[in-house]
Amino acid sequence: MIQTASTDNVAELHLMKSSTIPTLPITHCCPACGLLCDDLVLTATLPMNIKNACAKSVSFYNNAWQENLSVPLLAGKASDLNTTIQAAADILRASNQPLFSGLGTEVQGMRAMIGLAKKTNATLDHMHSEGTVRNTLAMQNSGWQTTTLTEIKNRADIILAIGTDIVTSHPRFFEKLVWNASSLFDKPSPEIIYLAAPKNTPEDNLKAGISPTGKMPTIITADTSKLPEIISTLNALMNGKKITVDQVAGVAIATLLEVLDKLKTAKYAVITWSASNFQYTHAELTVQSITHLIAKLNESTRVAGLPLNSGDGDSTVNNVSTWLSGYPTRSRHFEGQTAYDAYYFSSTQQLKKCDALLWVSTFNAHLPPHCDAPTIVIGHANMQFDKAPDVFIPVGIPGVDHAGSIFRMDSSVAMPLKKLRENQLPSLSEVIHQIEALLT
Amino acid sequence: MITCLKNGRLYDPAQQKNGVQEDIYIAQGRIIAKPLDMSKVTKTFDLSGKIVMAGAIDMHSHIGGGKINIARMMLPEFQESKKYSEPEAHICTPNCSHHATPNTTDTGFRYIEMGYTAAFEPALMPVNARQAHLEMADTPMIDKGGYAMLGNDDYFLRMLASKKDQKSINDYVAWILHSTQSIGIKVVNPGGINAFKFNQRKLDLDENNRHYQISPRDILKSLSRAVHELGIAKPLHVHCNNLGAAGNFETTLNTMSASDGLPMHLTHIQFHSYGTEGDKKFSSAAAQISEALNKNKHITADVGQILFGQTVTASGDSMMQQLNAKHANPKKSVLMDIECDAGCGVLPFKYRDQNYVNALQWAIGLELFLSVEDPWRIFLTTDHPNGAPFTSYPHLIRLLMDRSFRNEAFAKLNLDAQAMSNLNSLNREYSLYDIAIMTRAGAAKLIGLNDRGHLGVGAGADITVYTDQANREAMFAKPDYVFKDGELVVKDGKVVKVVWGTTHTTKPSFDIGVEKDLKDYFNQYHTMQLDNFKINNEEISGDGRGSIIVHQNKQASH
Repeated sequence: MIQTASTDNVAELHLMKSSTIPTLPITHCCPACGLLCDDLVLTATLPMNIKNACAKSVSFYNNAWQENLSVPLLAGKASDLNTTIQAAADILRASNQPLFSGLGTEVQGMRAMIGLAKKTNATLDHMHSEGTVRNTLAMQNSGWQTTTLTEIKNRADIILAIGTDIVTSHPRFFEKLVWNASSLFDKPSPEIIYLAAPKNTPEDNLKAGISPTGKMPTIITADTSKLPEIISTLNALMNGKKITVDQVAGVAIATLLEVLDKLKTAKYAVITWSASNFQYTHAELTVQSITHLIAKLNESTRVAGLPLNSGDGDSTVNNVSTWLSGYPTRSRHFEGQTAYDAYYFSSTQQLKKCDALLWVSTFNAHLPPHCDAPTIVIGHANMQFDKAPDVFIPVGIPGVDHAGSIFRMDSSVAMPLKKLRENQLPSLSEVIHQIEALLT
Repeated sequence: MITCLKNGRLYDPAQQKNGVQEDIYIAQGRIIAKPLDMSKVTKTFDLSGKIVMAGAIDMHSHIGGGKINIARMMLPEFQESKKYSEPEAHICTPNCSHHATPNTTDTGFRYIEMGYTAAFEPALMPVNARQAHLEMADTPMIDKGGYAMLGNDDYFLRMLASKKDQKSINDYVAWILHSTQSIGIKVVNPGGINAFKFNQRKLDLDENNRHYQISPRDILKSLSRAVHELGIAKPLHVHCNNLGAAGNFETTLNTMSASDGLPMHLTHIQFHSYGTEGDKKFSSAAAQISEALNKNKHITADVGQILFGQTVTASGDSMMQQLNAKHANPKKSVLMDIECDAGCGVLPFKYRDQNYVNALQWAIGLELFLSVEDPWRIFLTTDHPNGAPFTSYPHLIRLLMDRSFRNEAFAKLNLDAQAMSNLNSLNREYSLYDIAIMTRAGAAKLIGLNDRGHLGVGAGADITVYTDQANREAMFAKPDYVFKDGELVVKDGKVVKVVWGTTHTTKPSFDIGVEKDLKDYFNQYHTMQLDNFKINNEEISGDGRGSIIVHQNKQASH
């Protein structure tokens, strides 16, 4: 469905925009995954031409430049910004416990979301929190020892990837951090070990682990859901426990001993995992088991972890929520206080209980989950609804339509996002501030 | 429109005013001379009998950046609201965080409610500077600023190893100040954080980082000279090697000579004043350290006092935090190697008065406070949150000002620790004038904030008004009034108006040619581009809420 905005609306929205139109080519930072590569060069649009792009970023920018829904919708019908902002405020005013979910946004958007959550007693949860929470729970229970991308690029001599091929979620990982020709300490290219990558991993993806000189990665095949047994066995071996079986979950003990030996003799081993692939009950215990192994190895050598993220601003949203309220998401704001519950405040639980849903997805056109309560959607102008929400407000994409700040997967680096084009869409934070103002 | 603060007793050491009764006039955020036309005075506060000081300045408090946010995230159990009794009760609003890891809003509120109008993040990691400024931008009420961490970054160590001349080092240091929007330079465990990445577990002052074959002394010499030659007011901020280790006082004493007489500030020196005497091989070396501080006039220090209770230690010192992780309480820790820039270690800690080591740490801090003679060269800190949350400052001030209160507390400590401390033989009691030096005039002078920390004409009107009370803890916990840039923002210990403060920076001139080599370095070895590493002014002031003040440097001396 394509709608056209009335001239009045365009004029009104122009007032909120700065007049600087960037000239191409422009070097910029890509928010399509947690690596936040900042060496992309946009040289032309329609057709799109981007230097240093990966498949994920190409898809991201193509979606951004596709014909889209540029006007707000009220009950599925074209409306204008002021009317839909008013309607969103009305829904939230009538709500006692709204759920703010999705939360695909950058620092500035999340700041605004927290402000609105305080005003409306909302519960906050990110669309990719199933994976994030597994990491957070492990970290909150016993901590962890981790590293960041530049350290990996310059120090890693072994990379053990657990339950992930890495490139599905972070396409340029090997290109940028592993097969780099030069490093600060003239280290050899790292040895790659895949352990229990998901069954559906495309074979080509594992080829990313072949070194430029043709050295093959070690691929240890096992069912990802058997990782609890495998990692526990690694820990047992690490702690000198006697194992009486020959194999665990189809993996030979001798193979695990070899892995352990490599980790022990490495100068700087990196163990990475993707918690979102650990799709079984209490998978946080697998994360914790990995972090225990890392801690034990560090008693005598240097080994560091790297939890992979899922994107859509997940690291950003958790960081901003934490400094503004003291808690990461899966939190609830109520009468000036904030509560945190990694189970109860999940979208899955709260979709059954909330009396309004505000779904936010600005980077990608992710659709909201089904909800019986009145639903407001604010996000990517490319959303194609089967069932239109009560209110839809299209907003700009951070790093495309407006500037912003975003956290990388390793949380240590925040990057500036640039505005790449001029259009009429407001930013999420502008819309949220206006809704909040109506609730005062 | 002029505001008059009438009949207050001024403690303003920058102008040698020790309790003199005087009126203060404020216009447009600044203190002005008595106006000729008194009819322009539109508001008058009668402060008869009240004590008036400049707003306090915390020169070392971890209020922004990755470490503290990791601590918050790791410790959701800290965030629960609790009911406190006075004098803390009023500091703790029902939804507050009177604990080690307050959120940014509470940080600003708790500070201003105690009469503090500025706090400085002492370990701003250059690569993490954007996060630090984003968090500080969300910290209301107070001014802020940061000291950029150098001395473990591979870029600097490569320069030193390849014997780059001092001018090149100076250019890099100045470039870092600009890029990170900082006001000072900090070094944490010089060379040690880096050495830990090469699996070195300990580094003494004259021991080499194995890879670079450079010692901490080399690093201190180079950085202290750069800071001095660039004319940066704030002396190099030094977290010595061997933090927390028994016997580390010798490293600390030797460190004082590492700058060849150039100014250096040794931070949280309590954690670096430990001997090895006694059955438990852990003793106070406060006497040796304070004697050396009294003698070495080029050295300043802040204490990093510990106070009993639950807190969290958040440090750039990943090498020493790895060793300390076994003492974490509750038992968890986050340790990180970060971006060939530095690292961090975050672990919760519970200081207990019946634990020998903790009790002695408490006594060592106070021994240092009471034995260092010149209050202009020693500063009141708890290294928030490492020794205790900053909200315990009023309690600490009472310990310094009230000998019988201090001795009563001492008498409750672990008996073995009491036997190893001479604290109750130290009779000194700090005066209000001394406190005003340590927390106002001295701190402003140290950092180079010429228009803060005093009540003279031209100063920014950051002013705190207290009721004189025998119980100094109650007094300093709850000012009657706090003015921030001339506006009344706290009344009876409660915030009445929200303001956002400014960010203090310094930007010495340098040769932009330094960027050529840096650009190559970033392109080859980093995972971000040089331009994105730099924090531009717009990022701090662009939202119309934040602002930047650039402080003039001293005359550059090269």
